[in-house]
Amino acid sequence: MSRGHTTAGHEYPEIPAETLLTVEDLRTTFDTPRGKLTAVDGVSFELEAGRTLGVVGESGSGKTVLSRSVMRLLPKRGATSTGRVRFNGHEMVGLTQKQLRGIWGTELAMVFQDPMTSLNPTMRIGNQITESLRYHLGMSSSEATEHAVVLLSSVGIPTPERRLHDYPHQLSGGLRQRVTIAIALACGPRLLFADEPTTALDVTVQAQILDLLAAQQRERSMAMILVTHDLGVVAGRTDDIAVMYGGKIVEQAPTKTLFAEMRMPYTEALLGSIPRADQPSHTPLQAIPGRPPDLVSPPPGCRFAPRCPYAQPRCRHEEPPLREAPTKGHRFACWFPVGTPEGRQALEENRVRGVALDPARSVTT
Amino acid sequence: MTTNDALLSVENLVVEYPVGRGRKVHAVSDVSFDVQAGETLGVVGESGCGKSTAGKAIVQLPRPTSGSVLFEGTDLVKLDGDQLRRFRPRLQMIFQDPVSSLNPRRRVEDIVGDPLSVWSAELESSVASKQERKAKVAEVLEAVGLDPVSAAGRRPHEFSGGQCQRISIARALVLEPKVLICDEPVSALDVSIQAQIINLLEAMKARFSLTLVFISHDLAVVRNISDRVAVMYLGKLCELAPSDVLYRTPAHPYTAALLASIPEPDPAIVPSTTGRLTGELPSSIDPPSGCRFRTRCPRAEERCAAEEPVLREVATGQRVACHFPLVEARPAAPANVASQQSA
Ligand SMILES: Nc1ncnc2c1ncn2[C@@H]1O[C@H](COP(=O)(O)OP(=O)(O)OP(=O)(O)O)[C@@H](O)[C@H]1O
Ligand SMILES: Nc1ncnc2c1ncn2[C@@H]1O[C@H](COP(=O)(O)OP(=O)(O)O)[C@@H](O)[C@H]1O
Ligand code: SF4
Ligand code: SF4
Ligand SMILES: [Mg+2]
Ligand SMILES: [Mg+2]
Repeated sequence: MSRGHTTAGHEYPEIPAETLLTVEDLRTTFDTPRGKLTAVDGVSFELEAGRTLGVVGESGSGKTVLSRSVMRLLPKRGATSTGRVRFNGHEMVGLTQKQLRGIWGTELAMVFQDPMTSLNPTMRIGNQITESLRYHLGMSSSEATEHAVVLLSSVGIPTPERRLHDYPHQLSGGLRQRVTIAIALACGPRLLFADEPTTALDVTVQAQILDLLAAQQRERSMAMILVTHDLGVVAGRTDDIAVMYGGKIVEQAPTKTLFAEMRMPYTEALLGSIPRADQPSHTPLQAIPGRPPDLVSPPPGCRFAPRCPYAQPRCRHEEPPLREAPTKGHRFACWFPVGTPEGRQALEENRVRGVALDPARSVTT
Repeated sequence: MTTNDALLSVENLVVEYPVGRGRKVHAVSDVSFDVQAGETLGVVGESGCGKSTAGKAIVQLPRPTSGSVLFEGTDLVKLDGDQLRRFRPRLQMIFQDPVSSLNPRRRVEDIVGDPLSVWSAELESSVASKQERKAKVAEVLEAVGLDPVSAAGRRPHEFSGGQCQRISIARALVLEPKVLICDEPVSALDVSIQAQIINLLEAMKARFSLTLVFISHDLAVVRNISDRVAVMYLGKLCELAPSDVLYRTPAHPYTAALLASIPEPDPAIVPSTTGRLTGELPSSIDPPSGCRFRTRCPRAEERCAAEEPVLREVATGQRVACHFPLVEARPAAPANVASQQSA
């Protein structure tokens, strides 16, 4: 795929790529009663200005912890995060809370799954927006109010002047999420983290919110990291996708390449398990048996091996490295990749041996 | 409207919740539909449109404000408490949140086995002895894909969300129900686990000859599992059709808008913003006059505010409540009796 970026299908002219975010060997652990839990385990990626990266994976795969580690928004106690995060000229790891506060909201903003977690329930929404504008941009009270009205109307909130006086609980889930987006966009960030921004919403509202994010992103040439468990949500709306499993990126590629040439059996399984509205009813779904690994004591070798229909003895003791595929920007971690002779042979051997996993049954434990 | 061979017929169902000062939420307003023995009826619609309320009214928990619910010809609404008790085991319900719907202090064996003692007097096949009960519990645990030996003694928190949903399905199946009402049974689960549970429900339906009512806001999931689909908006039934017909040629503008919102897991399909619903859902305390969808409907005309559209058939088995449907009714055909039957 060319560099000219194609967010939400709009072709843009070639612009010189500027790396906005570089993450290197990021590793985040939590101390838990059961031992050390490695939620993000050696993740590296880059994001260019104005582009959209989708991060997908099952729950518990480390998507949220990855986002929070990049933003340096981790709990003060019990969390340890190492590696390098270079964002817009800052080396984020090691910055003080005070320095971080100058970056959050201005250059780097976020929208979470539950809008209530980022809204203050006891404060009128108008004040929540103007507070940020006055603090970060030094606007006067009246300037800030004027700007807040513009922002609310830009995120599709009808009668914004009236809404300024509402408290969050007076708004529907969809409107609340629009307000958090307005707040996130208030200071014109270069990068927006959207962590499951629509998971709690109805399909109709989900579509509206995703359209809104895409439009705002285009207008502001802002980069976005869209975190979701739903491949359907990111398929038409991202330039690149990173698939996470057990705290690691197991495949990453330009979006079209990922769907056309997926190499990692987990990506294939994730796609196969989604029911599709264009398939006739009662089409059997390819469920992934079992469940994701326990990140306190992940299995040796490839973490997907216990659930993988391609798995061979080698997978159970030797971990596959993330390696480059022939297509530029495509990386994957697998010994017996989908669509290759090795992969086909592995699948066939499992079939013959009768160990093919039966998707209708789950593995107990 | 009702064919005689329907296992379940819901007629003119109304459920209202008083909310003080004489006002009430019109959660379900005059809804009628049939469910044939052995079919899966999907129910879709946005949050708050009355799906759960309708599902709960079928099992009389709580009893509806008015209307009737005929189960094998008996109107459950007219039964007194004792009479209703006899029917309870036949109609079971499973819920969205598998973890909170299971008692955390009890062992899986008891969670699944308790209904057998609670309903022992009402059950057709008696499972009187402890041995029989144990065997029955093991049988359903096995059926839902849990290992009875290792699972029986454990408690819900030791299981994942998907496994807890298997336990609640086992708990419902142990009573050998005829009808299983599933209220968002996979909405809280990851896509990968969702598929396991959908496949499981399909397998259980075949194995235990179940009839399913499957409530969900996820249109792709509903198409996958349902034979016919009912679309609800603000307490009203908008459209009812065989799933493949509904998804291919929706007749109600609201159905079309819902379908236009489904995210496609295909990068070649660029999300188009045309056909999207705009505006907010009106209040169900004071719903719009005439057609309740008119405040957001791209096809609305004056008539829509004045006159409420009634459900009518526009194609075989496809019924729609709209003055200006996207599928026009064919010229009156000879009375067609089989229209209720799903393909
Ligand atoms: N006990 C109650 N008291 C008052 N109003 C209620 C009560 N239960 C439900 N409602 C209202 O009735 C309407 C229908 O609710 P219901 O739970 O049936 O919707 P639903 O379609 O299942 O929505 P969701 O997709 O969010 O589960 C809503 O407006 C809801 O707020
Ligand atoms: N504050 C925390 N303390 C301990 N463990 C945590 C904490 N936050 C997340 N985790 C664990 O980290 C792993 C990844 O979690 P998360 O990033 O939230 O997953 P995702 O967003 O992909 O669903 C999970 O095993 C989760 O239980
Ligand atoms: S084939 Fe082996 S290396 Fe590849 S995903 Fe499966 S288990 Fe992992
Ligand atoms: S009756 Fe009128 S407002 Fe209602 S759906 Fe049909 S065209 Fe739209
Ligand atoms: Mg998360
Ligand atoms: Mg509900």
